[in-house]
Amino acid sequence: MSESGSGGRERPWVFRTYSGHTSARASNQLYRTNLAKGQTGLSVAFDLPTQTGYDADHPLARGEVGKVGVPIGHVEDVLRLFEGIPLERMNTSMTINATAVWLLALYVAAAERSGVDPRRLQGTTQNDIIKEYLSRGTYIFPPEPSMRLIADMVAYTVDAIPRWNPTNVCSYHLQEAGATPVQEIAYAMATAVAVLDRVRARSDVSEAAFPRVVGRISFFLNAGIRFVEEICKVRAMAELWDGLCRERYGVEDPGLRRFRYGVQVNSLGLTEAQPENNAIRIVLESLGVTLSKRARCRALQLPAWNEALGLPRPWDQQWSLRIQQVLAYETDLLDYGDLFDGSPVVEQKVRELVDAARAELFRVLEMGGAVAAVENAYMKQRLVASHSERTRAIESGEQVVVGVNAFTETEPSPLTAGARSILVVDESAEREQIESLRAFRARRNEADVKAALKNLRDAVANGSNAMPPSIAAAHAGVTTGEWADTLRGLFGEYRAPTGVAVRPAPAGSGIARVRERVQALSEVLGRPLKLLVGKPGLDGHSNGAEQIAVRARDAGIEVVYEGIRLTPDEIARSARDEGVHVIGLSILSGSHAVLVRDVLERLRERDLRDVPVVVGGIIPEDDAEALRRAGVRRVYTPKDFDLTRIVDEIVDVVAESRPAA
Amino acid sequence: MDDRRSGRRREAAELLAALERQAPFPGAPRVGLTGSPGAGKSTLLDALVRRLRARGETVAIIAVDPSSQKSGGALLGDRIRVRSAAGDPGVFFRSMAARERLGGLADATRAGSLVLAAAFDRVFVETVGVGQSEMEVASLVDTLVYLVNPGSGDTLQFMKAGLLELPDLFAVNKADLGAEAERTASELASGLGLARSGAEWTPPVLRISARDGTGVDALVDALDAHWQHLVRSDALRERRRRGRDAFVRKALEHRYGSHGLEQLGGPKAIALRLAERRDAACFALVDELGREIEESLQKSR
Repeated sequence: MSESGSGGRERPWVFRTYSGHTSARASNQLYRTNLAKGQTGLSVAFDLPTQTGYDADHPLARGEVGKVGVPIGHVEDVLRLFEGIPLERMNTSMTINATAVWLLALYVAAAERSGVDPRRLQGTTQNDIIKEYLSRGTYIFPPEPSMRLIADMVAYTVDAIPRWNPTNVCSYHLQEAGATPVQEIAYAMATAVAVLDRVRARSDVSEAAFPRVVGRISFFLNAGIRFVEEICKVRAMAELWDGLCRERYGVEDPGLRRFRYGVQVNSLGLTEAQPENNAIRIVLESLGVTLSKRARCRALQLPAWNEALGLPRPWDQQWSLRIQQVLAYETDLLDYGDLFDGSPVVEQKVRELVDAARAELFRVLEMGGAVAAVENAYMKQRLVASHSERTRAIESGEQVVVGVNAFTETEPSPLTAGARSILVVDESAEREQIESLRAFRARRNEADVKAALKNLRDAVANGSNAMPPSIAAAHAGVTTGEWADTLRGLFGEYRAPTGVAVRPAPAGSGIARVRERVQALSEVLGRPLKLLVGKPGLDGHSNGAEQIAVRARDAGIEVVYEGIRLTPDEIARSARDEGVHVIGLSILSGSHAVLVRDVLERLRERDLRDVPVVVGGIIPEDDAEALRRAGVRRVYTPKDFDLTRIVDEIVDVVAESRPAA
Repeated sequence: MDDRRSGRRREAAELLAALERQAPFPGAPRVGLTGSPGAGKSTLLDALVRRLRARGETVAIIAVDPSSQKSGGALLGDRIRVRSAAGDPGVFFRSMAARERLGGLADATRAGSLVLAAAFDRVFVETVGVGQSEMEVASLVDTLVYLVNPGSGDTLQFMKAGLLELPDLFAVNKADLGAEAERTASELASGLGLARSGAEWTPPVLRISARDGTGVDALVDALDAHWQHLVRSDALRERRRRGRDAFVRKALEHRYGSHGLEQLGGPKAIALRLAERRDAACFALVDELGREIEESLQKSR
């Protein structure tokens, strides 16, 4: 970083908006509009089938196509997505992990077809699998082969696409999963070490190239509302990273030890109640990662004020872009050097964070590093514990959330008036994507596809870098599902530990009374009240489901936790095999309408229509009403933060549903 | 089957008695899988189920989870790790919490495994090894597999607790750890040599890796071999009878206490009664002797 206090106005960070939905064509329109409004980089959101390696016509993709991002099935979808956007001048960030090799291969193939030299491509593939196991849930393969794919990309890009950030170590999702700043720093560093240690051990990366490899590692951070602490967090990370690069990896060039990071400010803390307050939260959270020049982000993307209500509309995203522009162009922020150098308060806080994070980092490294600490559930358990603590503090009012547990009186908000105050993805998007995919399959050369897949399988099986055969497969017309299936055949699939076997909630949150009710009802039922918690569809955000599972357990309920990525049929089967009294479904991808309908249908087919169903998710009120009409007994949204109350109501639901004995 | 209300219990007992009377001998093999938490039982089970399904066997699993809390609640998460159970109608998976408050677990697992043995080709009961539960599972199953985590100190604890004579098969997991797994396996083999000299069946010690599937085929072979041994030597009948007797004693003691058992004339008299009724169904026998105890208690009042 340049010296502080020197003259000249600093160039602003890259402005991005995490976006994409419905189809490549619709998303392309959105990107072009956003760039015209002054956005300076792209951040591509992919839909869940693309992220988890399924074609749009796979049974698990049902209801998910085009929901949380753009569906990408093959190279033509990528060409359509970037039509009219000069790839060689664009800085493109892709939130893609388990299938990152494939999406980068498609991007390279699209560039080659457009006559752009891949060496000129700039951007980032998120490609951090550790946090997928811990929080985000879009992993496919077991940890070791997943880490190998990451290392393949790092080894490939360092020479072939030298301005690409092949992996973006994410502490963002760790914070969403409950991480304290210390945990966020330590686990991000442990993840970076896990990648670099593996790359260093490879024979295809020369010792001379290794410092450049280190220099390409970037980070993706969360910025929470405690923005003073966040400033200190980033400064602590920069310091720790510099030390790791120097001491562990022997990088001499300070330029290659620079802590480079992008940010999405906190979405989890955005509230459904009085959502207009979120605009203020977003501004303050932006300050945490921009105020300190020494610790300023390279790229910033802001959520929309109404994310807790549903998918934001273009206007909502524009408002967030304007926040960045006002901050960067109207204020004098970029005129000055670092405002915090020499501040004893900041220095002391940074010291505390560095010391505590280093200790936690070495604890993880001692147990074998980030991968070992995923497999033995150490990190997950620590995160679930912190998350439970945060939930408890909000429930008890110890941690103030304005409009939620304090100052709840409000005038009706004119911003949320009107039926369409959020974006609704057209239900026909899925059908159209499937049709376009089938048309593509029909016109490609099958022999080329078969040969490319065989080549991919052989290359990956014998340990060669997965990138070149994936690029060839992209050119040959292989689809996302075919690419992922080939690797699933080699590596198998994985389910990460849930970390929910943690200590019970502190007493006194009203749980004792619920426990008595559970006990009494269990006597009547003849066996303990049994609840099935499951996530249908492809959404992997399991924190909410896990928090409910833990609280229900603490209330004396037997909870069968089914985890993520289940088909409606699997859920109905589990309900039957396990003999549960009630089912709780959690869906955050906005696919609740189709998925819940399917689960209810499957339950009816199995003669389980009497088993009541409750649903939680980001569910607009109109949809909630439709779900209740379809037979769902209760619908919970982010404003229902009192877990004990939810569990209490689940007891009500079972009591109401019990046929008169 | 796990409904504790008295009416339902009677219905269940009648159903079970009918099942036991009509079930063909030897019926489906019942296999217990035990080991300390984190030993890799679910992962191994998943691998085993895949192999057995591949050769056309249907499989039922009862997974007993120890995570029962003071609250009485439990988080049953094993389903997630046995992915082979998802979406396959040839696999049945039921999780149960090891709950003490509402009456022992033994009733539910025994009843469940009896019912499932009537409908599936093989039944697995997965439990966490904590001493007492090994005893219970050993009396319930035909073959007990103990999964050992190398280097965890499990083996020593196990030997100390005098439980080494229970398992019929030992599987040392994480064979990919190499030397550590080797050492654990040889410790076990020598410990077994002392405990089991002269027995008809010497439990094999297998090195496996639940994660990459090494040795799982050998484990399936060993399960088959033990089953063949039981059937050929007619040890199966004897073993199931011993298991039944242990269960009946425990169930009566659980319900009526040691005072209740005395009503039947003490341990020797009970042993004699059990021997007389050698072919009676397990739950029917509990009810029959239970009634006798109740009558005797009423008279003495």
